[in-house]
Amino acid sequence: MLFTSYSFIGFVLLLALVYYLAPGRHQWKLLLLGSLLFYAFSGPWNLLYILTTSLTVWGGALAVEKNYADKKARLKELKKADLPPDQKKAKTAAFKKKQAADLKRIMVLTIVFNLLILAVVKYTNFLISNINGVLGEGRQLSLLSIALPMGISFYTLQAIGYLVDVHREVIPAEKNYFKFLLFISFFPLVIQGPICRFGEVTEGRLFAENRFSWKNVSFGLERILWGFFKKLVIADRISAAVNTVIGDTSTYRGAYILFLMLMYTIELYADFTGGIDITIGVAEMLGITLPENFKRPYFSQSLKEYWRRWHISMCEWFRNYLFYPVSTSKPIRELTKFSKARLGKDLGRRIPVYVSSFVVWFATGVWHGASWNFIVWGLLNWAVLMISEELEPLYAGFHKRFPGASGPAYSVFCMIRTFLLVCFMNLFDCYAKIGEILSLLGSVFTVHNYGAFFSGGVMELGMSGTDYAVTGLGILVLLAVSIYEERKGSVREMIAERPYIVRTLVWTGLFVAVLLIGAYGAGYDASQFIYNRF
Amino acid sequence: MKKRSGIIIRTVITLAVIITGLALLQRLLMPKYVDGIVEGAFVKEYYSEEKDHDVLFIGDCEVYENFSPKVLWEKYGINSYIRGSAEQYIFQSYYLLEDALRYETPKVVVFNIQSLQFNEAQSEAYNRMSIEGMRWSPSKVGCILASMKEDEHFIEYVFPILRYHSRWKELKSTDFEYMFKTKPVTFNGYYMRVDARPAENVPKGKPLGDYSFGENAWKYLDKIRDLCAKKGIDLLLIKAPSLYPYWYDEWNEQCEEYARENGLNYINFLGITDEVGLDYNTDTYDGGLHMNLSGAEKLADYLGAYLQKEYGLEDRRSDAHLSEVWKEKAAAYDAEIERQKELYGIE
Amino acid sequence: MEELLEILEDLHPEIDFETTENLITDGILDSLDIVTLVSEISENFDIAVSAKYITPANFNSAQAIYEMIETIQAEG
Repeated sequence: MLFTSYSFIGFVLLLALVYYLAPGRHQWKLLLLGSLLFYAFSGPWNLLYILTTSLTVWGGALAVEKNYADKKARLKELKKADLPPDQKKAKTAAFKKKQAADLKRIMVLTIVFNLLILAVVKYTNFLISNINGVLGEGRQLSLLSIALPMGISFYTLQAIGYLVDVHREVIPAEKNYFKFLLFISFFPLVIQGPICRFGEVTEGRLFAENRFSWKNVSFGLERILWGFFKKLVIADRISAAVNTVIGDTSTYRGAYILFLMLMYTIELYADFTGGIDITIGVAEMLGITLPENFKRPYFSQSLKEYWRRWHISMCEWFRNYLFYPVSTSKPIRELTKFSKARLGKDLGRRIPVYVSSFVVWFATGVWHGASWNFIVWGLLNWAVLMISEELEPLYAGFHKRFPGASGPAYSVFCMIRTFLLVCFMNLFDCYAKIGEILSLLGSVFTVHNYGAFFSGGVMELGMSGTDYAVTGLGILVLLAVSIYEERKGSVREMIAERPYIVRTLVWTGLFVAVLLIGAYGAGYDASQFIYNRF
Repeated sequence: MKKRSGIIIRTVITLAVIITGLALLQRLLMPKYVDGIVEGAFVKEYYSEEKDHDVLFIGDCEVYENFSPKVLWEKYGINSYIRGSAEQYIFQSYYLLEDALRYETPKVVVFNIQSLQFNEAQSEAYNRMSIEGMRWSPSKVGCILASMKEDEHFIEYVFPILRYHSRWKELKSTDFEYMFKTKPVTFNGYYMRVDARPAENVPKGKPLGDYSFGENAWKYLDKIRDLCAKKGIDLLLIKAPSLYPYWYDEWNEQCEEYARENGLNYINFLGITDEVGLDYNTDTYDGGLHMNLSGAEKLADYLGAYLQKEYGLEDRRSDAHLSEVWKEKAAAYDAEIERQKELYGIE
Repeated sequence: MEELLEILEDLHPEIDFETTENLITDGILDSLDIVTLVSEISENFDIAVSAKYITPANFNSAQAIYEMIETIQAEG
């Protein structure tokens, strides 16, 4: 079910109604039922995947907790036991060793099993295509046709995060399987995240009794409307031109590639953040708070900052559950020792950072999609971030020598620089073949169709003059709202304090804007969310 | 308490204002069909008629361009209406007939069977033109469900603003002018053209792999037949003499067989053009696809005689009220002829 | 504690680690700093700082870091 479909709107409204009519202690069960129905809508057999993952991880977490409980109890026993000290020591050590091994086995089995499901479903064809590339003509393996279960990339990570949190004793294991299943399958999350932690959603009242609150419902609806605005008025409108350019790499080169970088970046932002607005808005309507996934990312002054403002939940997941574990792992510690000895302290101690980051960004790229362009994209990010780290002292030196080169103008310069960098890297989202991307990048300099582009080419991509004007206006509105939110805070709160007429006009106006100028219906293709194919 | 009721009143008023505003907006954005593509206006025009017709035509452009109800009246005293619409699919014909039969029971229904070749709806735009003008009724609901293509949604028929919202870019003065009124574009459902363009070499149709009509199409023909039988209406099947789209012999045979098996009359006008006196040089305005005024009047003349003979239809020219009504209609009809003659530069 | 302060100052000479709190919540130390820090601490104090100890609470001040080190050492 697409977010921006009549069925989804109907589903949400109906669910909210029934949710608030239901007795408090059954509300979360209703959410579970709704979420499972929602999931089944995407293909009833897909439910098997999410049930398998949730069951194995839930079981794994309980096993971990039991392991700890047993360990505690046994150690206590051993301490009190009437045994000679060195025997005690030996027994304790042996026991600890066994417990650790058991624990490791539980963790590894559960995590690997679920990652394997993801790998097989999502990456088999990628693997096969690469093998076929090596095998050559006439000996090609045929691709499998597996439909990707909705949200598998998101909920798998979410489940693994939970297991690790239990392992780290950050949260206790959830004893009620159905509550855990709700956590994994909660319908707003399962489409495109955010990737949540169990503690977060519990605090966010996923399982709580949520009484009807006009503020929750109105703010939630407002946020959903805002998401629809971004998605239908801006993103879907731009997608026409973007898809035209991507669809024909022989015609659309040179100037069109720069155009594509810019437009795709805007589309991606409007589409993804719009979808998250709808996700968080729907939850808010039900009295549930989900973590923010974006914080005005295009105001970032560096790529480093960008990754603290863009797809926050994914970044945090990779940081907590991949980056830190990898960087504190034995192999890395050994490597650090080795490189410090060989390359000196300064360079040596940068090694764990570089290597761990490489692993993380490689994984991030892989997670984004089963093709090489995403992996290259991930590594590009890695390269830029590492280089920026190295250049830090240079920047600091520069600022020391020229103290006047700071201030708002410089900040704006940094923001634009970062934005352009992101535009460039986003090109790797658009095409699957690296060779093609490089060739298209080259064409920016070699193909001189800028004149043709500006004198009419730009109007023949599926967007009319009016469409560009509407998009421009939409972006201005977006910008105004973002600036307010960056500097002052919640726009909804601000509007809520205004007189009744103003509030009514604003929200009705937004609604009518979406209704009239949204790019939906006959004559517009319903473009799938870009992150939906996860 | 006062505060509470204040809020309720405020909310009710706000909702009322918003809903009214949206309704007006919807009216504004819906296409008016008064110029350019006028075919979308046909279905709605039926409702403003006095529903006392002896003969009801249903079908696509092969009925609404090819028969003149004025001639049927003036020569035979038959009061008729053509409930046609552009590319009207057979299931839509059924529901439009069902809809009309809520208001009246004619003696004869004339159905052009060309639409048997379309088992499903082909075009969303044509769906809209055939359905939107209908008044809400179980027939309309049935019609929508039978016609909806995969990417259409029922709610878009309930709230057409969802379909036409992008027209805000293309609003014309007529959209404002005709928000609350209409301008009739047909004459008892007949769409008039006085100009002529002779039929040139109309190519024979390419051979098809399969000439059988779809199951869905047959199903609705049966439904039309049953509905007429139930109401004691005589059903006449026809194939208008349009040269294009090509009418295959294999198709014709199936229709003849159906008519035979069900005791219905079937006239294939393509086979009797001489009898009718049709001349494809003067009687068509688009090279043989549709007849013009001359052709339509000839066909009406022939059909009128047939209807009277075969179904014993009463000559109602003695009815004072009807005569009065038709005098006005004839005047409008003739005025239109003059207007078009000037428009197309004809003597 | 002295050793720890030395490591910290080596990493970020501009920060006064004796008095500054909110190293994480104020973004003074980022994830790359933490990794470098952890690697140094592991080597210098001969402990294995596993990922589960990397929480904002444990790294928000030099004192907190020191307490974490002691906890890990106690676990043996």
